[in-house]
Amino acid sequence: MPKDSGIGASSKRREDVRFLTGKGKYTDDMNVEGQAHCYILRSDVAHGTLDSVDTSAAADMPGVRGILTGEDFVEVGGLPCGWQVTDRFGEPMQEPKHPVIAHGKVRHVGDPIAVVVADTLAEARDAAEAIDVSITELSAVVDMAAALADGATKVHDDLTNNLCYDWGFVEENKDAVDEAIKGAHHVTTLELVNNRLVANPMEPRVAIGDYDASTNDHTLYTTSQNPHVIRLLMGAFVLGIPEHKLRVVAPDVGGGFGSKIYHYAEEAIVTVASKQFGCPVKWTSSRSEAFMSDAQGRDHVTKIELAMDENGKFLALRTDTMANMGAYLSTFSTCVPTWLHGTLMAGNYTTPLIYCNVKAVFTNTVPVDAYRGAGRPEATFQLERVIDMAAREMGIDPIELRMRNFVQPDQFPYQTPVAVVYDTGNYQGTMAKLLEVVDRDGFAARKAASAANGKLRGFGVASYIEACGIAPSSLVGALGARAGLYESATVRVNATGSISVMTGSHSHGQGHETTFAQVVSDMLGIEENAVEIVHGDTAKIPFGMGTYGSRSLAVGGSAMVKATEKIIKKATKIAAHLMEAAEVDVEFKDGQFSVAGTDKSVAWGEVCLAAYVPHNYPLEEIEPGLEESAFYDPANFTYPAGAYACEVEVDPDTGKVEICSFAAADDFGNVINPMIVEGQVHGGLAQGLGQALLENTVYDENGQLLTGSFMDYAMPRADDLPSFEVDHSSLTPCTHNPLGVKGCGEAGAIGSPPALVNAVIDALADKGVVHIDMPLSPSRVWAAMNQAG
Amino acid sequence: MAQVSMTVNGKAVSGEVEGRTLLVQFLRDQLRLTGTHVGCDTGQCGACVVHVDGEAVKACNMFAGEADGAEVTTIEGMANADGSLGTIQQAFQDHHGLQCGFCTPGMVMSAAALLKDNPNPSEAEIREYLEGNICRCTGYHNIVKAIQAASDAQ
Repeated sequence: MPKDSGIGASSKRREDVRFLTGKGKYTDDMNVEGQAHCYILRSDVAHGTLDSVDTSAAADMPGVRGILTGEDFVEVGGLPCGWQVTDRFGEPMQEPKHPVIAHGKVRHVGDPIAVVVADTLAEARDAAEAIDVSITELSAVVDMAAALADGATKVHDDLTNNLCYDWGFVEENKDAVDEAIKGAHHVTTLELVNNRLVANPMEPRVAIGDYDASTNDHTLYTTSQNPHVIRLLMGAFVLGIPEHKLRVVAPDVGGGFGSKIYHYAEEAIVTVASKQFGCPVKWTSSRSEAFMSDAQGRDHVTKIELAMDENGKFLALRTDTMANMGAYLSTFSTCVPTWLHGTLMAGNYTTPLIYCNVKAVFTNTVPVDAYRGAGRPEATFQLERVIDMAAREMGIDPIELRMRNFVQPDQFPYQTPVAVVYDTGNYQGTMAKLLEVVDRDGFAARKAASAANGKLRGFGVASYIEACGIAPSSLVGALGARAGLYESATVRVNATGSISVMTGSHSHGQGHETTFAQVVSDMLGIEENAVEIVHGDTAKIPFGMGTYGSRSLAVGGSAMVKATEKIIKKATKIAAHLMEAAEVDVEFKDGQFSVAGTDKSVAWGEVCLAAYVPHNYPLEEIEPGLEESAFYDPANFTYPAGAYACEVEVDPDTGKVEICSFAAADDFGNVINPMIVEGQVHGGLAQGLGQALLENTVYDENGQLLTGSFMDYAMPRADDLPSFEVDHSSLTPCTHNPLGVKGCGEAGAIGSPPALVNAVIDALADKGVVHIDMPLSPSRVWAAMNQAG
Repeated sequence: MAQVSMTVNGKAVSGEVEGRTLLVQFLRDQLRLTGTHVGCDTGQCGACVVHVDGEAVKACNMFAGEADGAEVTTIEGMANADGSLGTIQQAFQDHHGLQCGFCTPGMVMSAAALLKDNPNPSEAEIREYLEGNICRCTGYHNIVKAIQAASDAQ
């Protein structure tokens, strides 16, 4: 019997009412009294020396309040990178300065050159056209292999070369891995590209700077997944504004998918401009600007080798990857191909020896950073593709080959050879659940029916594991993170018993206002509607690290649970006093405190009122009021896992792939709101299938972005996708957080690309096709079919 | 600058606009009806869909001056008279047809136009009709379900 409220209920989302009636308050919907607008003139070449920027004519244009160039930011810090990676030889990565506005050189199409502040956006844009920019174009570095070649043009003149780092993991395993591969019965080798993507949340980024000269207070309204992180990065590292003088507000945010984690130049620009020109300043990105200024995702080129014995038992795995950083190091760019990628190379399997080499490369392209999944999709894709290829080469059924190598249910906690310890899981269980959902036995008949219609049908599966609930601070600190990755929450019980929860997690589509309220109301035995979730404003919330890496419930929710437990503890003391009972004898259930074995009881509301009207109160023992805060730092990552299946039909005449069905069986641990969890999976699947089938970010040899709008970049539309079968009933609760939850936001985007590609390769196997790089566009599929064999 | 007058959500409005002012800018910046969103600059995403004289129109693809004298309905005009959610809006909430909410106004306006023309669309017809509305959050699965439910409820 499904519950109708609290933990486990598909409560309808309270935030929907404002979004469905046009009353959502996104940053661009905000207008601060007296505000001016700014337009950012960006580089239209990928690489060049910035010889001069003459703003004199533009400064006299109608409505112009002022103009900023790179000169205005020479004295301030660059946009910081939050993670220092140490290379194979113990040396720190090469870390160039990322100027807020380009100075001396431009390094990618879209690099900011000048900012015009004017009364209206149209006036700012008109004036920007009058700025005279002189650039001497240099040859652009676009291809990663060419960027690493001797004598390649350097993106940053002050660095040794274009190699950010050469990372090996686990370096001590390298020789043993080489040995095992040399002596193995069979080695399957696959070279592949993990295509570059643009996150494209539907709301473009916006920033409004508002400086109050009378108090020296700065306010920044911004489209961020983590306002406190922006306050810290911009305040401490870029502009030197102390935290008590900088408020960052991220109101309703229209999707993020990683791209709104990072501290961006525009946030510093509007903050400086507001102070300099004496008015609030608003910047609104166009979609075209987003394509050349939002951090992009993926872009790995990998060679993977899997060694097996004669039974298909995995013996060793070796990978060699080039990871594109773009022109500068975005906030978390450096940890994505390393600690969020190499540590996941064991997948769901017991491969005993793993070595992963990653070379991070500077190119004259837009910076690359985490995008939904961040490193884990790249790990999963190569692993699940090479396993499918190995199954075919060894003549073993691909599901059987996975089953033979899965970590067994009795092996948890499982120490992988790549540092992380999986606390719990049941990979056979999710695979079995998947096979219940899909009719694999009927596939042969469906394939025959497709063939009768002249179509090629294929079936593919993939397993995945991810590390979520990011992250134990001491661990990530040892690995180079320049931040702690805990979360905080404050639970404020109001005098009449309603609750305000201040959380450092940020909701931009995930429905925290509903889910978090379900948890707290369940713990206190009160109505969900009596709990209000407050997020997205550094002035209202003590601290926070924000929302990414499927961490909100596992980390932020755990902080909330800890704070609520403190509330219950204090309220129990108050109740014991009111009932003249010993604290140990007081029970709290369904919003009622009672003394065991008696008819004494007091209601939640009476206790709350007593806390604020302490006429009869143990003042010598406890303070009045009922408000508690907690910080929660996780003991381990969480490890959601699952198995996905995809069935496709390929038109051999055109190469067009149609997704006939897609099924997902996930283990997210315990689930608070099944409706929301399933929605998260649907969205992740669409992004993963978009990567596999449609999306690609293309630069030409001069570094020009060819896919710079929705006209050229193929976003998945409703008629590109099927309805999905999703199941999360085969679950193993996380063992180290109080809710037993693992996180569900990224799974769909991680598991779906290999499932789809495996299905297409299955359809084309008879044609001799063994691999096609994503996206599997009709032209690529057609070419592969007609070149193979 | 030119004077434009139109009826928006049943209310007569007018304002001064430049020739280049788009209908979506007039709605958002002058009338402060910020429920209509701008998600792209190439007429692709559909976050700005409104109804002009009963037809679904991308408000970023039309000058404000072109809507002079028109009847315009935006997402702010879709609730019932008592303020409760209209049938389509309610179906979107019931079936979790929205996450971040940014594409949602355009989705609801397109869904309303579809159901007016085709009260009982098939799943394929719904998916094809939504070609001009991009959602990055939901994978469309629950949007399709919501529109089917709204169709049944009507």
